[in-house]
Amino acid sequence: MSRVGVFVCHCGENIGSTVDCPEVAERCKQMPGVVHAEDYKYLCSNPGQNKIKQAIKDHQLEGVVVAACSPRMHEPTFRRAVTDAGMNAYLCEVANLREHCSWVHEEADSTTEKAVDLVRLQLEKVKRNKPLQPIEVPITKTALVIGGGVAGIQAALDIADSGHKVILVERSPALGGHMAQLSETFPTLDCSQCILTPRMVDVSRHPNITLMTYSEVEHLDGFIGNFKATIRKRARKIDEELCTGCGECLQKCPSKDISDGFNEGLTTRRAIYVPFTQAVPNIPVIDVENCRHYQKKKCDRCVKACPTKAISFNQQDELIHVDVGAIVVATGYKVMSTEKFPEYGYGTYPDVITGLQFERYASASGPTQGVIKRPSDGKEPETVVFIACSGSRDAAKGVKYCSKICCMYTAKHAMLLKHKNHNSKAYVFYMDIRAAGKNYDEFVRRAIEEDGVKYIRGRVSRVYEEDGKLVVKGADTLLGGRPVEIKADLVVLATASLPNDGQSELARKLHVGCDEYGFLAEAHPKLKPVETNTAGIYLAGACQSPRDIPETVAQASAAAAKVAALLSRSHLTREPIVAEVNRRPAPLHSDCTGCFLCESACPYRAIGQEEILDRDGIVIKTIAKINPGLCQGCGTCVATCRTKAIDLHGFSNEQIFAEIMSL
Amino acid sequence: MRIGYYPGCSLKSSAREYEESVRALCAALDLELVEIPDWNCCGASSAHVMSADLALGLRTRNLAQAEAAGLDEVLTPCAACFSHLAEARMELADNPNKRQEVADFIGLPYSGRVRVLNVLAVLDRYRDRIAAKVKNPFRYKVACYYGCLLVRPPEVVQFDRPENPQSMDRLLEAVGAKPIPWACKTECCGASFSVTRTDVVANLSGRIVADAVKRNAAAIVVACPMCQSNLDLRRPEINQQLEQEHGIPVLYITQALGLALGIDPQQLGLQRHLVPVELPEPEPEVVTADDDDDDD
Ligand SMILES: Cc1cc2nc3c(=O)[nH]c(=O)nc-3n(C[C@H](O)[C@H](O)[C@H](O)COP(=O)(O)OP(=O)(O)OC[C@H]3O[C@@H](n4cnc5c(N)ncnc54)[C@H](O)[C@@H]3O)c2cc1C
Repeated sequence: MSRVGVFVCHCGENIGSTVDCPEVAERCKQMPGVVHAEDYKYLCSNPGQNKIKQAIKDHQLEGVVVAACSPRMHEPTFRRAVTDAGMNAYLCEVANLREHCSWVHEEADSTTEKAVDLVRLQLEKVKRNKPLQPIEVPITKTALVIGGGVAGIQAALDIADSGHKVILVERSPALGGHMAQLSETFPTLDCSQCILTPRMVDVSRHPNITLMTYSEVEHLDGFIGNFKATIRKRARKIDEELCTGCGECLQKCPSKDISDGFNEGLTTRRAIYVPFTQAVPNIPVIDVENCRHYQKKKCDRCVKACPTKAISFNQQDELIHVDVGAIVVATGYKVMSTEKFPEYGYGTYPDVITGLQFERYASASGPTQGVIKRPSDGKEPETVVFIACSGSRDAAKGVKYCSKICCMYTAKHAMLLKHKNHNSKAYVFYMDIRAAGKNYDEFVRRAIEEDGVKYIRGRVSRVYEEDGKLVVKGADTLLGGRPVEIKADLVVLATASLPNDGQSELARKLHVGCDEYGFLAEAHPKLKPVETNTAGIYLAGACQSPRDIPETVAQASAAAAKVAALLSRSHLTREPIVAEVNRRPAPLHSDCTGCFLCESACPYRAIGQEEILDRDGIVIKTIAKINPGLCQGCGTCVATCRTKAIDLHGFSNEQIFAEIMSL
Repeated sequence: MRIGYYPGCSLKSSAREYEESVRALCAALDLELVEIPDWNCCGASSAHVMSADLALGLRTRNLAQAEAAGLDEVLTPCAACFSHLAEARMELADNPNKRQEVADFIGLPYSGRVRVLNVLAVLDRYRDRIAAKVKNPFRYKVACYYGCLLVRPPEVVQFDRPENPQSMDRLLEAVGAKPIPWACKTECCGASFSVTRTDVVANLSGRIVADAVKRNAAAIVVACPMCQSNLDLRRPEINQQLEQEHGIPVLYITQALGLALGIDPQQLGLQRHLVPVELPEPEPEVVTADDDDDDD
């Protein structure tokens, strides 16, 4: 091909101020194969694109090089432009004069010289380009939602309501996540269980949703529209079909003193248990680590108690393979363990508790039926100190970031305390009150002005015990840093929100990124807040950063909308940048010798084997075969192949060598 | 094992018993102390208020001397000296120009290689050896008092937790003691106001003594000559302030560990304290019963 047009963009000042663009265009005109070259201030603008289209027609161009910004930015724009002018999109190449040249060098002749070289490379490539057609791939119209907190519940229901199938995978034995543990929720103080339970029941009844609790994603293959997930359904040791949820077994289990995770360790549970009364599904699970049948090889009381013979000690984990088209990750968060701040006495003094423990006390379904008590002696505390930012916004003690929800839930806690016990006193130590949100600041004002919660701006240096009281020692920075000491009956720490356990391993399995703290990373903080860098995988809720319920639900619906849009399409088009094993006339058939090194090198498992048969159906040769649906065009197989039998469309060996030789 | 050793002025004068006990304990642990040749005062509490250059020069000269002697680490038992040397090291760590300036000023090359360690950091490495050598378990309730300079500021000292340090607690636990949870672990004793405003020291140190006594500690354990002297030497003023006679002794960590290892009290310099070191009967040994869970 030898009728190439070159278009040099100034990108305003971005390229134009350090690279002499007209000079680049002039020099290109001298290069063999170039029949037209020009420069323009903004090629990505409509008039700019029209120049390209016009030139294609006027000069019967057979290839185009646009020398502009990164192809990540505008390659699609220019490829669309050449298609409008009747040219195959893959005959247009972009030379990156901005990120690779003008932004990183001073204005100088050598900068312009480098720009010319960059264009020359693409020119040599484009001369050898072949027209390519986008690949169409089908879409599996089922979504996988990982995590059954309020984020996962919302996303699953929205996708299911739009008519697509959903598989919801929850790691714990029941749906609900942290929201199920909460008492009342800011800023409206409506009961958390009351608004969540109906949604959990909706999930379990929805004809489009398959709910898998006590399960985790073990492995993921494939790509957008065509993922293959392996799910480990852990053995509950209960036959779910037979169990009626009557609860007879729960009463008979003799292993009693196991810390109850749902109640944040404030109570105990048995080895066979349902996490909480409203649990969905209402099917118990046997905690093998604590069950006498497994640990001591005796005890079958639950078996005897069960009227439907549902206990199944021999039940094994199952691996279930599912095909899905899109994935929503909604694995939530955890709260920081308190060893980071022993000066607050957590672990030493039983009456220093976390915010989540306070939620359990305040909850009507909690260990005290909603009466605020303290762990040491079960008395109702008179004076309670709340310490905000326990571990947040302080790299020395925890994390740098703001956990965002604590200001609001601390105000809520103080308010609930005052509502439940009118004679109590509530103090809050804080750094700043961050209450930006609809009706949020009003909520905090209400706590201060109507309920008389005392806010003290300052940090706490130490909590220690004296005469049966917890002395909270801190500073009041609004009173000139005066030290304050408050004798409290209960101290509540608003501990920082952290990425959930196992989140980084899950991220690795799914090939999605994490940020510096370990929260899952969005593709763009502003414009792609629910997408990840892996197409077809979306994020919802607190797995991405600390967030409250309204924001979590909004994001879950956003992710669901993305999924619904994807699953509504009949097929996907993919870039035809895929590798192919060459074919030659008989008797060679292919340069491939069938060593299959490429098969083991391929990170996407896109390479299989193909038999070449003669007319009688007898195998002459076995060679590698690349599945274009799975190939991601990474080129690893090309580099591995010893006989150079593999080429990547759009980036053939010939093209790459031509580029290098032109320098 | 060998380690560099910077005693500083206090350990040669008012805190002789600290030096004696450091040396006795290190000998018992087979840790050879190599005193920095021709060391000088770290500038104490005055140099840095007079001239920043002088203070930095004084501090750095000690580190430079240690380097010249081929040492990698320097044990600095005095908390104030430790803080000063560590600060100089940090100040020069990322600043080659300044480093050169100071080297010219003191007339010695200085690369910044030598690390500065306080007594707790060094002993922490020998915790297992200490535990193995215990002869007379130190079975007392003790108030571990770290004061201000051992653990703060965190960026400078790079040691333990600034608000709730644990290293001394761990060491004393290793010899059978029971460190109490108390309010004053890292409160200030009044430091060098000892001379100019004794009333302030009596007040601040008084709180520390009172809290330790109230929680039935048998001794206050320290790792700083300044803290020791305020709690010990100023005891008459403290008692006056508290309107109560408190006889609780104030031991250096090296003395407490030395006693547990069976080192002679004279060698540990216990006779030099102003508040006599009279310890009560040790607490009875607590045997924790193995709870065997029932089978029903
Ligand atoms: C003390 C406290 C009080 C609060 N009060 C309020 C309030 O009043 N109002 C408000 O709006 N917000 C409040 N919040 C915030 C609220 O808890 C969160 O906004 C909400 O729970 C986030 O929901 P989520 O689904 O993203 O995460 P989560 O609730 O954490 O749910 C995540 C779910 O995913 C599951 N999971 C995790 N990993 C995996 C895996 N690998 N595979 C499968 N499943 C997995 C978990 O088991 C869990 O069920 C409070 C938070 C705290 C700590």
